[in-house]
Amino acid sequence: MIEVNRKGEVWVFAEQEDGELSDIALELCGQARKLADQVGVKMGAMLPGKNVRGLAGKLIAHGADNVYLVEDQRLEHYQTQPYARVICSLVEKYKPQIVIYGASAIGRDLAPRVASALKAGLTADCTDLDIADVEDPLAGVTHKNLLLQIRPAFGGNIIATIINPRRWPQMATVREGVMSLLDPDPKRSGEVLEEKVEFHEEDFAVKLVERHREPRTVNLKGARTIAAGGGGVGSKQGFRIIYELAAAMGGAVGASRAAVDSGHIDKAHQVGQTGTTVRPALYIAAGISGTVQHRAGMEESAKIVAINDDPEAPILAVAHYGIVGDLHQVIPIMIKAIKERA
Amino acid sequence: MAYDCVVCVKQVPDTAHVTADAMTSEGTVNRAALPAIFNPEDLHALEVALSVREEYGGSVTVISMGPPKAGDVLREALYRGADRAILLTDKRAAASDTLATSYIISRAIRTLGKYDLVFCGRQAIDGDTAQVGPQTAEKLGIPQVTYLERIESLADGVARLRRNVGNGWEVVEVKTPVLVTVLDAANEPRPRAAKRTMKYKRARTRLELAEEVRADLPKAGNDEREAEIERRAETLRSRGLMIDTWNLEDIDADLLRCGLNGSPTKVHRIQAIVLTKEGYTEIPPTEEGIRRLVHELIVDHTLG
Repeated sequence: MIEVNRKGEVWVFAEQEDGELSDIALELCGQARKLADQVGVKMGAMLPGKNVRGLAGKLIAHGADNVYLVEDQRLEHYQTQPYARVICSLVEKYKPQIVIYGASAIGRDLAPRVASALKAGLTADCTDLDIADVEDPLAGVTHKNLLLQIRPAFGGNIIATIINPRRWPQMATVREGVMSLLDPDPKRSGEVLEEKVEFHEEDFAVKLVERHREPRTVNLKGARTIAAGGGGVGSKQGFRIIYELAAAMGGAVGASRAAVDSGHIDKAHQVGQTGTTVRPALYIAAGISGTVQHRAGMEESAKIVAINDDPEAPILAVAHYGIVGDLHQVIPIMIKAIKERA
Repeated sequence: MAYDCVVCVKQVPDTAHVTADAMTSEGTVNRAALPAIFNPEDLHALEVALSVREEYGGSVTVISMGPPKAGDVLREALYRGADRAILLTDKRAAASDTLATSYIISRAIRTLGKYDLVFCGRQAIDGDTAQVGPQTAEKLGIPQVTYLERIESLADGVARLRRNVGNGWEVVEVKTPVLVTVLDAANEPRPRAAKRTMKYKRARTRLELAEEVRADLPKAGNDEREAEIERRAETLRSRGLMIDTWNLEDIDADLLRCGLNGSPTKVHRIQAIVLTKEGYTEIPPTEEGIRRLVHELIVDHTLG
């Protein structure tokens, strides 16, 4: 734990595998850039690995002012303890005020180990972060510029805002795909600081024996938002707009059986009884009539938006919001509105 | 070589089956309307420990931190094969965040003395944080292996473990003691054993005994009640039916690191998500209507 340190930077853990930055690392950069500007401090990225210097430029282009580079043969593949040692050493040396990690398999393994070692707070799986002054009426003080850590809890039935007023750094893991990816600016400049970290023998107690990675396929189950198209989309060409909507939301593309059977999209995208059952935070059903089989696979979504030109379409029976209209006109407006939110 | 296993389990509200009744009109959670269950992934952690004992010998001790009612999940663990159950309960531990919780659990595990393997479910369905396992490992000063899919081998105190990391898998090797968090894909938890259920349904924590004595002897004085509780506890103990109950003194915990005092994170605000769904809100297909909808979805954090 460190004391409240208002000059401290806003940091991200730059997750990389096999010499490639994860998407979440770049999403975090965009988010951290925004937070750092709000507080008025610099933004830093911690980059541990083996031969990863080449990735620093990308982090800077995505918003980092400082890249803290820790290169070591033994950091080639992520392992909990050596990586935790790196983070703890850097945090103790530079005392950042905020540290954010991706809520990925790696981030959710690493961040709690670090938090425990630093005796610092940690909020898991945030879907939003913000900066605000928070009043503490009991103590009669106002905490300036605290990190608001916003996350669903209780099986997604409530949204909790967590703060960390006294013991810093303020740390959180952030879900993938919830922060908008800022366009990189190749002209941005930043500094690469080479750091040496003292490892202990016990940091390497866990030995990696075998490792296998699968190429990314359609991840409907893990998606927080899904844009799905049905027979009403009309063609393979027409599905482009569904892909664009999903990209704007940072979500996945789903489809009804009708769209799959017509050959508009691959079966891997199919939602429903014979496809994948999903329960995202937001499901947008465009041109999907809503057969019982389809509804069985998506009706537990937290929010359902149905876009259909038929006011009698059964999908509207499970929808929270219904837009009766032409999806080819509605979706472009939606994409524009989503992109302009920031 | 035999292995002494510790399994950390949690009693949780069944958040997967939340209905509109579960939220009060003020928008807070009505825990009473939700059944309390054995956290699903913790059952898989227990199963791993039981199968280790079957194959290599050793013991399985189950620990649960929670309110007195958590005695239910400990009995469930005994039905399924645990050797010993410990309830960790103390009012001063209430409102602990994951840092304080892991401190308390690590103190309890240290109090047990020797252990080789600690198993936890990957995460609990009420908080979904997946933090207490790794934090407990750090506090114990032992390695952690998260997302266990299966134990490949266990020989002479060296575990070879396969973990699923979402976009692939890896096999790691580590010397015991080690803390392992278990995925539901790891196994199929065994059902209750009928004979054990017959036996252990009479297992009680001291707090449960006190409650029963109060109901049975409503007119008795304090001394008389205490004597009766002690008498019943002695009978149960002689038959191996007492569930140990530990408080913060029993585990020699530093009170400054427990409960609210020991929790750096504070809940600032809670918003309920409206669960009832009666008809849909019609959005006009106009620029203005669609923009208003997107704005609403951003404000309620549906869109990040």
